[in-house]
Amino acid sequence: MDASGLPVERSITPYLIGLGLAVVLTAISFGLAATGVLPRTTTIIVIAVAAAIQILVHLRFFLHINLSTTPRENLIALAFAALLICIMLGGSFWIMFDLYHRMMV
Amino acid sequence: MTAASATMTDIAPPSEGAEKYEEKAFGFWIYLMSDGVIFALLFATYVVMLGNTAGGPTGKELFSLERAAGETALLLLSSTTFGFAAVALAAADRSRVLLWLVVTVALGAGFIFLEFGEFSGMIAQGAGPDRSGFLSGFFTLVGTHGLHVSIGILWILVMIGQVLIKGLTRPVASRLARLGLFWHFLDIIWVVIFSVVYLPGVL
Repeated sequence: MDASGLPVERSITPYLIGLGLAVVLTAISFGLAATGVLPRTTTIIVIAVAAAIQILVHLRFFLHINLSTTPRENLIALAFAALLICIMLGGSFWIMFDLYHRMMV
Repeated sequence: MTAASATMTDIAPPSEGAEKYEEKAFGFWIYLMSDGVIFALLFATYVVMLGNTAGGPTGKELFSLERAAGETALLLLSSTTFGFAAVALAAADRSRVLLWLVVTVALGAGFIFLEFGEFSGMIAQGAGPDRSGFLSGFFTLVGTHGLHVSIGILWILVMIGQVLIKGLTRPVASRLARLGLFWHFLDIIWVVIFSVVYLPGVL
């Protein structure tokens, strides 16, 4: 993401770094799910952490988001979207699973 | 920015329109953020519906880890090859832009082919979106992503046409930049899909 709205990345290196990191993180997640060497809860936590890191890797190396050259308004929009998503996911799960437990007892 | 602009085979004066592209890039960014919110709600729906299988098949019986890995690989590689196209564009190398766009389309089409096979196989065995709340949530979430990828493929094909006919003009370059944002964004959504849907589904 660049303020100019034009592709300005002149080197394929960031894309190769991003690809390498993404392959490692994806392989960890798929490997754990396929082999089941860790307990279920631990596996899900590791997969969630790997996904969060991979999102940051994609933002940094594919979308070229960084804290210095990315326009401030784009970062604010990204942060605001992240906040909205947290509120809506957290709120949905809180209400729906609370409802679920109340219906079950 | 100025160095890159100078390499664009541009007919307009250099100062003209620069702000216009910045505004378009920002507007498109806002669209992507709102699309992210839509996907977040589809994820929330899927997770809430996860247990509502209505006696029907569960993810463990339906999902194939091999197929999900294949889809993941195709989409990740296509994101990378689109990046190569963007680098070729910054270097104003028209034939390499076309080459990498064609490779990206081929990888994206491979993804859609695998996903289509998955969906039609599930529907054929009676596990369509009408079978249970869980499957409604699954088809809505993964289908919406697949629809986005299909539209992305159409958009890349249109841009291949524009590069062939118009060349690497500034409007074409700015459209390709926004298309790149869209394509990379879809790969991020896919990372969440395999981490939320397929991997926990087979555990």
